Amino acid sequence: MKRYSVFAIARQAMSYHQGWERAWRAPEPKKEYDAIIIGAGGHGLATAYYLGKNHGIKNVAIIEKGWLGGGNTGRNTTIIRSNYLQDPSAAIYDKALSLYETLSQDLNYNVMFSPRGLLMLAQTHHEVRGYLRTVHANQLQGVSTEWISPAKVKELVPIMNIDGPRYPVLGALYQKRGGTARHDAVAWGYARACSDMGMDIIQQTEVTGVRTEGGVVRGVETTKGYIGCKKLGIVVAGHSGQVADMAGFRLPLEAVALQALVSEPIKPTIDVVVMANTVHGYMSQSDKGELVIGGGTDSFNNYTQRGSFHHIEETLRALIETFPIISRLKMLRQWGGIVDMTGDRSPLISKTPVGNCFINCGWGTGGFKAIPGSGWAMAELMAKGEPGPLAADFNMWRFREGQFIDESVAAGVAH
Amino acid sequence: MLILECPYCGVKAEETELANGGEAHLKRFGPGSADNDFESYMFARKNPKGVHFERWRHSYGCGKWFLAARCTATLEVFGTYPAQTAEPPADLQAKIKAKRPDWKGY
Ligand SMILES: Cc1cc2nc3c(=O)[nH]c(=O)nc-3n(C[C@H](O)[C@H](O)[C@H](O)COP(=O)(O)OP(=O)(O)OC[C@H]3O[C@@H](n4cnc5c(N)ncnc54)[C@H](O)[C@@H]3O)c2cc1C
Ligand SMILES: [Zn+2]
Repeated sequence: MKRYSVFAIARQAMSYHQGWERAWRAPEPKKEYDAIIIGAGGHGLATAYYLGKNHGIKNVAIIEKGWLGGGNTGRNTTIIRSNYLQDPSAAIYDKALSLYETLSQDLNYNVMFSPRGLLMLAQTHHEVRGYLRTVHANQLQGVSTEWISPAKVKELVPIMNIDGPRYPVLGALYQKRGGTARHDAVAWGYARACSDMGMDIIQQTEVTGVRTEGGVVRGVETTKGYIGCKKLGIVVAGHSGQVADMAGFRLPLEAVALQALVSEPIKPTIDVVVMANTVHGYMSQSDKGELVIGGGTDSFNNYTQRGSFHHIEETLRALIETFPIISRLKMLRQWGGIVDMTGDRSPLISKTPVGNCFINCGWGTGGFKAIPGSGWAMAELMAKGEPGPLAADFNMWRFREGQFIDESVAAGVAH
Repeated sequence: MLILECPYCGVKAEETELANGGEAHLKRFGPGSADNDFESYMFARKNPKGVHFERWRHSYGCGKWFLAARCTATLEVFGTYPAQTAEPPADLQAKIKAKRPDWKGY
């Protein structure tokens, strides 16, 4: 792999940029691999990357039914933060955030990580109490975050109306290290690094069955035929239920659509990320100038990658109240992704009832920010066959034991 | 936009008039039941991509709970029926089978 650098750009300029090599190969599947990952989203690709980088397992295939990064990884609003409430969450999200901070250098790929600061508005007294609790918990966990006053919020976001009328801003949870990254670049950067290690990313190939023998995984049936493997990682977000069904077990999660939209591009107006959980609206501005907006999930199970229309209205109504100057903006595009929601709104990084078969899912509405940490933890689980400290609490049996990692308390949603 | 007909008042209600109540026909397991049964009653939903039976409440209408058969991949509604039924009516099952020959059945 030729390294990207300012010198490479200069050299390529001499030949009119005709000489850039492909970022990743497009191989045909081999007969067998040491490990197969199903799903080339951010979490699947990161898992493969750390399998190679941290554990030296490089005979790996990543099988993707569509194109890499075309699932939720390429559909999310790219909010990154690590100020979660519970200890296991704070640990894995903070690991992810610290990996994001050096990811561009690590991958030699600009993921455009932008730690521009992130505000979670408190607009009810319940939220004030919830966020103060989070601040205290984060202090104990060593995660940097602070509580700021309405005046400070106004200073950071001058376009915000903090006086209501329905939901005045009572303060905010502020994480300076939080921000955004370019979602496609995260997938592309990991894919390029995986391909460079000799891993096969097999796109346009759907897994249609999981073959087991004596309760241990042997391989997968795909639209390109049978492929054997010693270990299998299922990392398919919204389709986890279907693939688990192929392997013969059930998961404690359900799939719903979550949608996002962007406005027409405008001049720079907001240089932090704002989340308003009471009214279900999230907003930041992309480098292209579009306002990137996310809202609530559908109330019913579905796989339509579209989302219900009325959520758009609810989200925009709330955001217009908070940011009156956006009221005349046109919205350019709207789309949906299928998110996998668990009962406690926390993910699963877990062994399964099938031997040598592991699952990473349940990131629901908030897993983009977790990609590097999740891949790190999942790779360790797959390599050693046992979870390390980051993954241990996220096992799928926690529901039976009542050991929930409840992240739905403060906000009801977890972006 | 999802539209369901309330089997009680006959109103064709649009989703903002309704509240979803999750999977229908769950067999309830209480305290004292086996761990596996209790866990799957509480958390393990079928979550199919395809035919799904679910509970809905006509919350901004007559206020009653009813059940619906719907495809989660296309949002096609196969039919709605009263909540006082232990399993989907036979004629509804036959209708679904005709439309979705691959459906493994209830
Ligand atoms: C609208 C929206 C906004 C969001 N906003 C945020 C946010 O601001 N911040 C944040 O942190 N998170 C956010 N999220 C959540 C985040 O996008 C996800 O948690 C994360 O991207 C999940 O990554 P993944 O790699 O697990 O899944 P995906 O990127 O969905 O990848 C799974 C892949 O598996 C493939 N696949 C499925 N079935 C098969 C099969 N049978 N065979 C082969 N391949 C298969 C799919 O095609 C897909 O490419 C948002 C999500 C949505 C939908
Ligand atoms: Zn009614």
